[in-house]
Amino acid sequence: MKKGAEGTRAPDGAAGPPVRRGRGLPLPRGGVARLGLMALPVAFFAVFFAYPVAAIVARGLKVDGAWRFGRIADVLGQSDIQHVLWFTTWQALASTGLTLLLALPGAYVFARFDFRGKQVLRAVVTVPFVLPTVVVGTAFLALIGRGGLVDELWGVRLDTTVWAILLAHVFFNYAVVVRTVGGLWAQLDPRQEEAARVLGASRARAWRTVTLPALGPAVAAAALMVFLFTFTSFGIVQILGGPTYATLEVEIYRQTANLFDLATAAVLTLVQFAAVGVVLAVHAWTVRRRESTLRLVDAATTARRPRGAGQRGLLGFVLLTVAALIVLPLGVLVQRSLDTPEGYGFAYYEQLTSTDGGAFLVPPIDAIWNSLQYAVVATAIALVVGGLAATALTRRAGRLVRGFDALLMLPLGVSAVTVGFGFLIALDEPPLDLRASWFLVPLAQALVGVPFVIRTMLPVLRAVDGRLREAAAVLGASPLRAWREVDLPLVRRALLVAAGFAFAVSLGEFGATVFIARPDNPTLPVAVATLFGRPGDLNYGQAMALSTILMVVCAVSLLLLERVRTDRTTGEF
Amino acid sequence: MTATAPAASGPGPLLRLDGATVRFGARAVLDAVDLAVAEHEIVCVLGPSGSGKSTLLRAVAGLQALDAGRIALAGHDQAGVPAHRRGVGLMFQDHQLFPQRDVAGNVAFGLRMRKVPRAEQALRVAELLDLVGLPGAQKRAVSALSGGEQQRVALARALAPRPRLLMLDEPLGQLDRSLRERLVAELRELFQELGTTVLAVTHDQGEAFALADRVVVMREGRIAQSGTPLEVWRRPADEFVARFLGFDNVVDATVTGGSAETVWGKVPVPQGTADGRCRLLVRPAGVRLTGADDGLACVVTGRTFRGTHVAVRLEPTGGEGAPRLEAACGLRDAPEPGARVGVRFAVEEIVVLRPGAAS
Repeated sequence: MKKGAEGTRAPDGAAGPPVRRGRGLPLPRGGVARLGLMALPVAFFAVFFAYPVAAIVARGLKVDGAWRFGRIADVLGQSDIQHVLWFTTWQALASTGLTLLLALPGAYVFARFDFRGKQVLRAVVTVPFVLPTVVVGTAFLALIGRGGLVDELWGVRLDTTVWAILLAHVFFNYAVVVRTVGGLWAQLDPRQEEAARVLGASRARAWRTVTLPALGPAVAAAALMVFLFTFTSFGIVQILGGPTYATLEVEIYRQTANLFDLATAAVLTLVQFAAVGVVLAVHAWTVRRRESTLRLVDAATTARRPRGAGQRGLLGFVLLTVAALIVLPLGVLVQRSLDTPEGYGFAYYEQLTSTDGGAFLVPPIDAIWNSLQYAVVATAIALVVGGLAATALTRRAGRLVRGFDALLMLPLGVSAVTVGFGFLIALDEPPLDLRASWFLVPLAQALVGVPFVIRTMLPVLRAVDGRLREAAAVLGASPLRAWREVDLPLVRRALLVAAGFAFAVSLGEFGATVFIARPDNPTLPVAVATLFGRPGDLNYGQAMALSTILMVVCAVSLLLLERVRTDRTTGEF
Repeated sequence: MTATAPAASGPGPLLRLDGATVRFGARAVLDAVDLAVAEHEIVCVLGPSGSGKSTLLRAVAGLQALDAGRIALAGHDQAGVPAHRRGVGLMFQDHQLFPQRDVAGNVAFGLRMRKVPRAEQALRVAELLDLVGLPGAQKRAVSALSGGEQQRVALARALAPRPRLLMLDEPLGQLDRSLRERLVAELRELFQELGTTVLAVTHDQGEAFALADRVVVMREGRIAQSGTPLEVWRRPADEFVARFLGFDNVVDATVTGGSAETVWGKVPVPQGTADGRCRLLVRPAGVRLTGADDGLACVVTGRTFRGTHVAVRLEPTGGEGAPRLEAACGLRDAPEPGARVGVRFAVEEIVVLRPGAAS
């Protein structure tokens, strides 16, 4: 046995022998404790995720108590459905490729360069990711749509082309690549590359043989996440796609809400489920590879000021990309919300307080208050469920737990529309008659928040050295006390960050909420989408104004997070 | 054979292990270990990496469940007693200071767990920091401490709750030599002054001999030898212990009537050695160099300066495949490499090893 192995191997219950005696167990050995922690998350997912989705699928595919799987072939045989499948796939691939192309230089710059305003810029590029997709769509419409900024300046409109969707996807996912890849890149020990240089490798060769293989899994993981998000894209495509372009998710919505063709919707849900399952399985595999092998150093020690024309040029390119792709759309959104027919002013914002528009039963401004309340409750649910799940997953263990890990990621990819509609038709009978309850909305939102909570907390929880807990135990702390004294202080920041993500995601949730939010209690994204669906300058302006408010709320919560975020808490998003 | 029950003063040993066994899979990391530590005794477990030393400490601390055997503290069986109720102290190999707390927060941790009043905590912390040579360090961040300082804080933290048994895992492992030598002397004085019962483990014989009242040598989960540092040093029980202590002049011998026949020629053996085959250790000090035509003819193949003496490596020239020898010579009279010398053996430096434990 290697030196030190006797000390580290022992606490891992999985490596030890089966316990022969029932007594004398000083620490809980996985099993029971872990099952206990997992009980609530499992129940939560069973009742509020698996059950509604299954109910929808059953409603679509079961006729008079008999499954009609033949319908799957029928639906998939339709040429317009095939067209949707093809478009969904290729736009996701194209979006992923484009995002990597534009964001990888950004990842490098954020990882290895030190420059003024880096912290602010890091926050700025993350803002789009926490923005509601509806707002993203709105912002791009304002930039490159009919009557948009580019249209006014040069008469160019991109909203009828697929470019609008692709660029919006890049905008949305830029941060995923910068954070996932850049986070790791910053922690790679530059001395590894130096060692290769000393052994005779050229600069390029050293990068190719040392850094690239180390980054590979992170790039793959980021690419898969981007693919997942764009494959299931709803809000962005709903707004920018027009009648021409529809992803699976948009088609599911159309089939469910407009055509009431539940059979087709169920088949499409299953197709999306299968595709997402594959993507998540590959993702889990790359994550595991990433965890295993690398020697990491403090990110603060690897960055230095850019030198020479090449490095300054690269920095310039990245700053330009960020300005054109991220800052500009956000800026145009704000500008449009202030640009009234009577000149610049707050007229649209003022209109939000009245019911004159007629789009809702309540003034649109009420949506803000609704959204905040819902998001707070959703965040609380997500923290409890995700926190428990992350704690249960902390100990690296067998296939069962890893499977659970992947399972908890599913809500990121399974059709939110299906979940929302599933809520309506599944949770409508006692003992779970929640159809009329306000609680339904935060429940659906929490479902999307949980994966973020888990992904943020898991790396931090795993980073806590188990021997610190042992040190506390030897000094007289009970297991619970040891957790409170050792884990909690280290995890507190991660908990805050996770809460922030869950809050932002809940605030922006659209696909499920659009079904279950009641007309007298719309959320912000639903209100924006409704306003957009109506003609006229006033509605357009109000949509812009509401989007701006939503953006500011998200951006502010994110900026607050950046203050508490440390490098240790850099999760996977 | 491996049982070691020292003369314990009082009602019985403070710590007693009977047949303590821990298995990782099929491998026994602790293999039926019997060990007793008397109150106020300083016992040092010495052994190479992977000999089960750390597991021994973890088992006593309650961090590792036994697969068989029992552990008793002050006569009470510890089975089922969780780590936090055993009242023992453990200083971890890499300290495991709590990074989010300052020095005072670390040292006071055990006191807080025992609900000691705040004022008393502060007093005790100050007292301990004085004791370990870090007065006034209460507010310092542990990340800002040097290795030696962390060591001292870890020690203060382990001592603070006045554990009935203090266990140290490679206590001085990561320190540089001069600091180590100073600390080992300080620690011994400190423990004697406080009357602390100590069970330490280390792979460094110098550390073990300097610190311990009694040294226990472990090999592959079993106890190979136990005794005072002097006993172990002078009379290694078997070839494993001898080689672990750095003695390599080990040879097969056949004893007949007070002397032994070896490939190095005739070697005198201590009185009372039974006739028959055995393994003999000749400590380097017992390899005496004489004139080239006297005794075993050797050629000098190398010299290593060891501070107090010079280690001279010798290659016997006559015998076929006779193993090399090491001799300890004075600083002035060590021969040059290439020189031809004769070797005689001094009986007082010759040890008959227990059979059956070749390394």
